[in-house]
Amino acid sequence: MTNVDITSVAKTYGQTPVLADITTHFAEGSFTSLLGPSGSGKTTLLRIVAGFITPDSGKVAIGGADVTDTPVYARNIGMVFQSYALFPHMTVAQNVAFGLARRGIRGAEARKLVDRALEMVRLPGFGERRPKQLSGGQQQRVALARAVVIQPSVLLLDEPLSALDRRLRQEMQVELKRIQRETGLTTIFVTHDQEEALALSDKVAILDRGRIVQMGPPAEVYEQPKTRFAAEFLGDTNFLKGTVVDGALRLSDGTLIRTGAPLPATGAAAMVAVRPEKMRIDAAGKAGDGAENRLSARIDHVIYAGPALTYALTASDSTALKIFAQNSTGAIHAEGSDVSLVWQPAHTIPMEDAA
Amino acid sequence: MPADTLARPAASPPGAAAGHRLPSWFSTAALLLPTYGWLLIAIFLPLCTMLAFSFMNATPMGRAPVVFTLKHYKAFVTQPYLVGIAWDSLVIGFWTTFLCAVLGFFAALALARATAGRARETLLILILLPFWTNGLVRVFSWTMVLREGGFLDVLLHSVWPGAGSIGFLYTRPAIVLGLVHGYLPYMILTCYIALVTIDDAIIEAAQSLGARWWTILTRVLLPMALPGLTTGAILTFVPVIGSFMEPRILGGRVGVTMGTVIEDQFTQAFNWPLGAALSFTMLAVILAIFATFSGVLRRSTGGMA
Ligand SMILES: Nc1ncnc2c1ncn2[C@@H]1O[C@H](COP(=O)(O)OP(=O)(O)OP(=O)(O)O)[C@@H](O)[C@H]1O
Ligand SMILES: [Mg+2]
Repeated sequence: MTNVDITSVAKTYGQTPVLADITTHFAEGSFTSLLGPSGSGKTTLLRIVAGFITPDSGKVAIGGADVTDTPVYARNIGMVFQSYALFPHMTVAQNVAFGLARRGIRGAEARKLVDRALEMVRLPGFGERRPKQLSGGQQQRVALARAVVIQPSVLLLDEPLSALDRRLRQEMQVELKRIQRETGLTTIFVTHDQEEALALSDKVAILDRGRIVQMGPPAEVYEQPKTRFAAEFLGDTNFLKGTVVDGALRLSDGTLIRTGAPLPATGAAAMVAVRPEKMRIDAAGKAGDGAENRLSARIDHVIYAGPALTYALTASDSTALKIFAQNSTGAIHAEGSDVSLVWQPAHTIPMEDAA
Repeated sequence: MPADTLARPAASPPGAAAGHRLPSWFSTAALLLPTYGWLLIAIFLPLCTMLAFSFMNATPMGRAPVVFTLKHYKAFVTQPYLVGIAWDSLVIGFWTTFLCAVLGFFAALALARATAGRARETLLILILLPFWTNGLVRVFSWTMVLREGGFLDVLLHSVWPGAGSIGFLYTRPAIVLGLVHGYLPYMILTCYIALVTIDDAIIEAAQSLGARWWTILTRVLLPMALPGLTTGAILTFVPVIGSFMEPRILGGRVGVTMGTVIEDQFTQAFNWPLGAALSFTMLAVILAIFATFSGVLRRSTGGMA
């Protein structure tokens, strides 16, 4: 049982609260990404789990045991740093064996485990090299092997891939996911990269100013963002504002928009979010089956990017909108033309923080 | 033949370029000339002169004819008491270097890891203060502290009035103390430079892998600071062996070292050849010690740079 439980954790530096009353659960074997803008407290939360920072209040439990007052060296964590943090005066094999030696594993047994770990990160035979003789990606693999070989209770990664270039990063994402599956380690992963977070994780936690505003499986967080912040931070979003009339949203120009989830009571101001790729342009303006939402708009400009098109539009209530379309027919709608936008009520997500 | 035909076209472009561009060896030489010229005039020539002196039977400034001799290099054999003095000097050198290394490493560690910003700058300046004070003043001020009835005794008697004197002026520890005080800044600086470059994440990585402070110190910090310690040791050991001011002032009667003997040859006995020969012999001994140590170090760290 190596789940991680965080209960009412708060941290303040001077006057500024960095983490405010965080309570969350990282299930055993899960891969959770912490996603949020710079300064939202991702690193702070991760370092509290690691034990480098003591929270002002609250509890941290790893595998059911309260470790709030346990020093870092006794927590049995695996940590991977953005800067690799390999010991430059040791060989790759010595680096990987360092944690084993601290656990009393030396000699032949250690050598076997080191070899196996290096094989897992696809660096067999690199044991005698110095970290300096490796590329950035290889160094990060060694760092990963060093963290994983001790069979930690929890694997903590703070932007481990951000020092790598794009291609190497994608390659390492695949490796990371594979290694996490193979080892079954409970993993907490801090990243700036939304796509990385969505692609790798079982769960994504979105942080905003020291709070977890939403946490759930990637598809849920993406498809059903709860707040304007979550919707905006993860991907692009169109927002429509209006007042609630008979369970639907009436925009300022009178257009009625229906939603999947219930809206607040009639008369209240509300806001809904629609992902740009969920809206479809219906140039002909032919009458639909009435089940879909419909909104007239004018195309301001088109960004042509080969396989995909991005349209910037102004809706009839003068909201600026954005639409992503696949270039499947080769037909591009002209700038300045008036069109109808069509989408499913189920893809219309009411925001909790309406106004 | 084929080699000749191959070499020709390759050789012609530099030759053609020489008309309007200086060859690269020329600019290299021009850039190095001031440095090496200065080294030649300031260090190499005097050193050569001294080396030449060391083979002469008398200082070549009187009217006596100068002849070649090796007798000064036999001084350690003909005057066996010199061996004892040389040994004492080496012991003082080892103690001073050892104490400087221990104190300097931990001072540098505290400076590099426990301070930041302004506090660090201020502390660095305080550490450099002994550099700025006149050496003579520095050493004489220690006599005020260490002599019988000096500050040290005053301090002791203020807490324990009946106690005897613990002043240890004119002893070997007093010499070592004065030398450590003078040369500690070198060690602190070289260790500090090695230690500040260690990324916090490296220490944190060691902690996360289960290392306590002792392991971090011996397995991470010390090995990573080793180049700084070595440089500091050389910067301390060499001048300490030749030092004469501290042994004279703080050592009194016991303060006879190679440094003072050599100084005497130049200032008192006016026997420059013997002084020069003794200096070069000590230089050879020091180089031999370093060669041995660097061999041992290299083997113990597994061929590490
Ligand atoms: N030691 C500290 N002293 C004072 N403030 C701090 C300290 N460490 C972090 N902070 C503040 O806490 C906030 C959160 O920092 P944290 O490093 O957790 O952010 P982050 O989400 O990891 O950001 P980034 O994505 O840029 O790494 C920031 O506003 C930062 O300025
Ligand atoms: Mg961070």
